[in-house]
Amino acid sequence: MRSQKMQFKKLRTDVLIIGGGTAGCYAAMTIAQNSPDTKVLICEKANIKRSGCLAAGVNALNAYITKGCTPQDYVDYARHDAAGIVRGDLLLTMSENLNSVTAHLEQLGLVILKDENGNYVTRGKRNLKINGAFGFNVNEEIFYSITAKAVIICTGGAAGLYKPNNPGFSRHKMWYPPFNTGAGYAMGIRAGAEMTTFEMRFIALRCKDTIAPTGTLAQGVGAKQINSLGGVYEDKYGLTTSQRVHGTVMENISGRGPCYLKTAGITAQQDDALIKAYLNMAPSQTIKWLESGKMPSEQNVEIEGTEPYIVGGHTASGYWVDTDRETTIHGLFAAGDVAGGCPQKYVTGALAEGRIAALSALKYIAAQSISEISDEKISENFSRAEKFLNNKNSRFSCEQLEEAMQTVMDRYAGGIGTNYRYNDRQLDIADERISQIQTLTDELCAEDMHELMLIYELRERLTVCKTLIAHLRARKETRWHSFAENLDYPQRDDENYLCCINSKLENGRIKIIKRRLIKEGERYEHNDRP
Amino acid sequence: MSIMIDREKCIGCGKCAEVCPGNLIKLDGKAFIRYPKDCWGCTSCVKECKVNAVKFFLGADIGGMGSLVYTRQKGDILTWVIERPDGSVKEIDINRKESNRY
Repeated sequence: MRSQKMQFKKLRTDVLIIGGGTAGCYAAMTIAQNSPDTKVLICEKANIKRSGCLAAGVNALNAYITKGCTPQDYVDYARHDAAGIVRGDLLLTMSENLNSVTAHLEQLGLVILKDENGNYVTRGKRNLKINGAFGFNVNEEIFYSITAKAVIICTGGAAGLYKPNNPGFSRHKMWYPPFNTGAGYAMGIRAGAEMTTFEMRFIALRCKDTIAPTGTLAQGVGAKQINSLGGVYEDKYGLTTSQRVHGTVMENISGRGPCYLKTAGITAQQDDALIKAYLNMAPSQTIKWLESGKMPSEQNVEIEGTEPYIVGGHTASGYWVDTDRETTIHGLFAAGDVAGGCPQKYVTGALAEGRIAALSALKYIAAQSISEISDEKISENFSRAEKFLNNKNSRFSCEQLEEAMQTVMDRYAGGIGTNYRYNDRQLDIADERISQIQTLTDELCAEDMHELMLIYELRERLTVCKTLIAHLRARKETRWHSFAENLDYPQRDDENYLCCINSKLENGRIKIIKRRLIKEGERYEHNDRP
Repeated sequence: MSIMIDREKCIGCGKCAEVCPGNLIKLDGKAFIRYPKDCWGCTSCVKECKVNAVKFFLGADIGGMGSLVYTRQKGDILTWVIERPDGSVKEIDINRKESNRY
């Protein structure tokens, strides 16, 4: 192979893990413990010490089963929050693993809050086969072809699809890591894997500007959501995340904004505890308090909804997997935010799924040998990457096209700018514009490997946008306010939509498939694989 | 949202560049932030820097007033140091062996 800019390297492994965040690292650890001879390779664009969602730290493990509760209780809670659209089999198998992974984390040195009896304290409920993957080094000019018996995909969800809260200098001060750009979703979509529930977007309710968590205030000091007239409005709209966001939007539209969490009047001790809690997880909020000269006890905290994300750790978006977490592509397993059907999994749920996927992958590789990737495929993928390094004089920059994508999604696919609402005509425009931007990316040029990564990230997000738009269009109802607020169909329709909306790419077109909901206790297997 | 790197203090150890989840920090003998607008504000680099050359600040577009923040670590105690523009300094200790109350 004649290489112009990049060198070419072949790597071989038994299990390839793409993404070294929470789920990926735990999957690797599980394989090392259960089968020390199995070779594992983790591919990750950043250092695994801080990659993924938890770079800033996390101040609470949201999911474990507390005393007196059962894994089934957790399933019921998640099902209620998602208005029914969940996979019982996935939620139950995840929930059954929550406490053992939590105990394992504690053994590894994590400090977890317990009550006087030593119990964990509750924080409030909340026919294709894979041969490997291609990748490139983000620092050095090297292109890799990696063959593996099995692949576990743990790349997280997708941020940066929509125009963010603060599109200027602080554009990346967002809830979800801006570096999670939906790579894993895009890889699966292009490979023809079946995806589920992309229409159930996630929108976080956050402290304004700093996009710091509000749960710490709501659950920590019992702060209620109030409007600018002082009226508590959360009772009016409901307490699920989507209802809390919706209520805030409605109060603003009705002229009663801005909205706040009522912290004024809390004690000095509570101030102190909040200052520390936020330093551990979202230091910008603490700095904001210190810079304003007013502590939360003296000033209510303004809140706002974020731009929408696709993230399977909070909602049910992601790969359609069987109970063992195998995707519809043989040998490709999914865990964490990239895996669908199992919302509210959070950190411990990602660990639990990493374990389940790792054990399934180990079982699978026992009967597999490595199959080589064809030279033709290698050359096709190498040349595509190489082309961007050789392109000259692109009319647009990657950044301009990224902004174009975010503006289109904001205006026509229910972003902050339209109060998260959309109709079919708007979605048509969004779909057309995203396709146009996709063609414009062909001529982008990369000066170095970092810029090449940015081009790939943009193209991945555009692929995710196309699938997302198809899903928003397919669920002709409004089941979750804000998350999927379809103005053509403002009512919930259980008769037709108490089901999963799935999709897969077939001959360049996104095909929508309705699937029944799988219940806990069932073992779901793919029996009509692509 | 971003960081500032004090080039006088930086010793070029590269730890900040290594730990950045967005690969945004590069080295030319010393560290510099190549993509300031792409910073997530996770403060991983701030916690890695042993010479307090990496400081974190809030962008003016989200209400920042120019304070610079860095950390010092001694055993289990992580001290956050906030230098205000008027020269006043506030220090807050966090014990890493204590879990959050909230």
